[in-house]
Amino acid sequence: MARAVTTRRKIVTTVVAWAVGLLIFFPIYWTILTSFKTEAQAVANPPLFFGFDFTLENYAIVQERSDYMRYLWNSVIIAGGSTILGILIAVPAAWSMAFVPSKRTKDILLWMLSTKMLPAVGVLYPISLLFVQFDLLDTRGGLIVVLMLINLPIIVWMLYTYFREIPGEILEAARMDGAGLRAEILYVLTPMAIPGIASTILLNVILAWNEAFWTLNLTAVNAAPLTAFIASYSSPEGLFYAKLSAASTMAIAPILVMGWFSQKQLVRGLTFGAVK
Amino acid sequence: MSPKTVLRASSALCLCASAALAVTGSAASAQDTTITIATVNNGDMIRMQGYTDLFTEQTGIAVEWVTLEENVLRQRVTTDITTNGGQFDIMTIGMYETPIWGANGWLVPLDNLSEEYNVDDILPAMRNGLSYDGTLYAAPFYGESSMVMYRTDLMEAAGLEMPDGPTWEFIEQAAAAMNDPENEVYGICLRGKPGWGEGGAFITVTANSFGARWFDEDWNAQFDTPEWEQALTFYVNLMNNYGPPGYATNGFNENLSLFQQGHCGMWIDATVAASFVTNPDESSVADSVGFALAPNHEGVDRRANWLWAWALAIPAGTQQADAALQFIEWATSAEYIELVAENEGWANVPPGARTSLYETPEYQEVPFAQMTLDSINAADPTNPTVDPVPYVGIQFVAIPEFAGFATEVSQEFSEVYAGQKSIEEALANAQSLTNDAMEAAGYR
Repeated sequence: MARAVTTRRKIVTTVVAWAVGLLIFFPIYWTILTSFKTEAQAVANPPLFFGFDFTLENYAIVQERSDYMRYLWNSVIIAGGSTILGILIAVPAAWSMAFVPSKRTKDILLWMLSTKMLPAVGVLYPISLLFVQFDLLDTRGGLIVVLMLINLPIIVWMLYTYFREIPGEILEAARMDGAGLRAEILYVLTPMAIPGIASTILLNVILAWNEAFWTLNLTAVNAAPLTAFIASYSSPEGLFYAKLSAASTMAIAPILVMGWFSQKQLVRGLTFGAVK
Repeated sequence: MSPKTVLRASSALCLCASAALAVTGSAASAQDTTITIATVNNGDMIRMQGYTDLFTEQTGIAVEWVTLEENVLRQRVTTDITTNGGQFDIMTIGMYETPIWGANGWLVPLDNLSEEYNVDDILPAMRNGLSYDGTLYAAPFYGESSMVMYRTDLMEAAGLEMPDGPTWEFIEQAAAAMNDPENEVYGICLRGKPGWGEGGAFITVTANSFGARWFDEDWNAQFDTPEWEQALTFYVNLMNNYGPPGYATNGFNENLSLFQQGHCGMWIDATVAASFVTNPDESSVADSVGFALAPNHEGVDRRANWLWAWALAIPAGTQQADAALQFIEWATSAEYIELVAENEGWANVPPGARTSLYETPEYQEVPFAQMTLDSINAADPTNPTVDPVPYVGIQFVAIPEFAGFATEVSQEFSEVYAGQKSIEEALANAQSLTNDAMEAAGYR
């Protein structure tokens, strides 16, 4: 009897999981499918799932009209740069909050998170003026700093949670053996927290890759990443869905592939603690 | 992982970070003869990008394009201009922004255009709409009005004949005759989508053609007048009876695809749509489309047609005003139009900007050319309504605050279209929110 329930439950869970998975994946699937249609078929009503003329025309047009590699390279540098910079700041910050907490640590953590509650457009003008002042408009350096700051609260929080699960005694033992602060973080803490750090890096790369407010508002030509590439295919007058879908597919492809390859780390890092 | 590996990995990370920061340094440098143009993605603009190599060959000035979605473009260029960001040497802006920005001193006046450019050739309606205090601030790349596009085959089957200048009453009669929802053919497709430039623009011109206006001469909102109620009631009844389902969320592109797939008997919208609906590659009804002037309510001396132009302007902060002016002269010249005609045919040239285009015999043969010109000429942004108004603009009011409250008003109306609100309630809300906004801005 118990076995039957388990089997039934298994089936139900599997079906529900597949349904949820497919539901979440559907927009991506639809975008990819649309990118292979003609403009007229892309807006056909009822929507076409099968039986349309498969065409690579949209990819050819997008390829011809835009310099995809330049946008891709900017996205790689901006997402990678902001992640590296963020990790370099967040690891020591999370270390101090996890292992040397003060009376105000909890408040600082909450305060950091509260900066995420402000809509980005609220600080558009101050940030724009700072960028003009320091000649940072349309530079990758400026965007790296801004995106790092935006994502910093989240990565500090994530790392703090991982570090908290590492017993302080291990670090104490390292100190007893004569390890300095640098050696303690670099050789003892970091290796133990690798799964956590890896998933934090992945999440941060994804967030920075998809960021579409600052990357559109602070760039023009030189530093424009893939978000600007996608935005250039939306049109006020005329059909554009197929070309837009082709551009979107090209923009999400690298991050999608990266996500597939690092799925295991991502799930493990997000669901397990450091020493479990 | 051994300590050495960790050390190696972290030094690699640091190297990457410094490399990333180093690369950014080089990105800031720009050539002296490169101009950057911010623009929207539409057929004519994209076509122009393909010809810029010719401009560079002729002048030695390189051109960089930044193409953005319309609303993002507005936000982006407004921020750039108000913070003196100087990212763009030319901006593509519309008829709404031009007089406001010109008045603020944000744009370089285009008063030293060369003689060969022949500024007098620009259609008077366009020139007026893109000027402030008699000074031209942006050169029209293409212009549009709105008109009725209808299915000649369905009209014939209904036994009706579309006059050149129909009334709303005739439009309703024709919509009823062509309406066949069982076969997914709807009498009429119109914009209902919220947004001042989408459904808001359409209901404003409809109101004009019923004798309504946004403001009286003292900037008091006029939504409590019988004309507004009549216009909105007419629109809602027309669309509820003969429009496609879910019209409250339809904008230009949604209606375009409905019409192209043969789901609409009539569509009243931008004149530039004419080249899309008559293009056999995109449209299944390409060979049976007719055109007429936008309608008016019987006895009202204003038609429901707007006036719009996408124009090129030079922001005041640019360091390359001369090169930018050279580009504008090239891109909006009669020679450029000929260049496009030679390579892509007369139906594909940017319309609505120059008088000489409409005098070209080859262009006169394009089926929608004359109706486009007549529609543009029938639009007068300085005198848009029956009763006098203190503002310029037909489907908009050329004041900076308009985009904000007009979007809210159009949301109120879209709720009526979706059946969530009554006409009276929406008009009352529109009246109070507009008056509040005008009071806050110091007009009243």
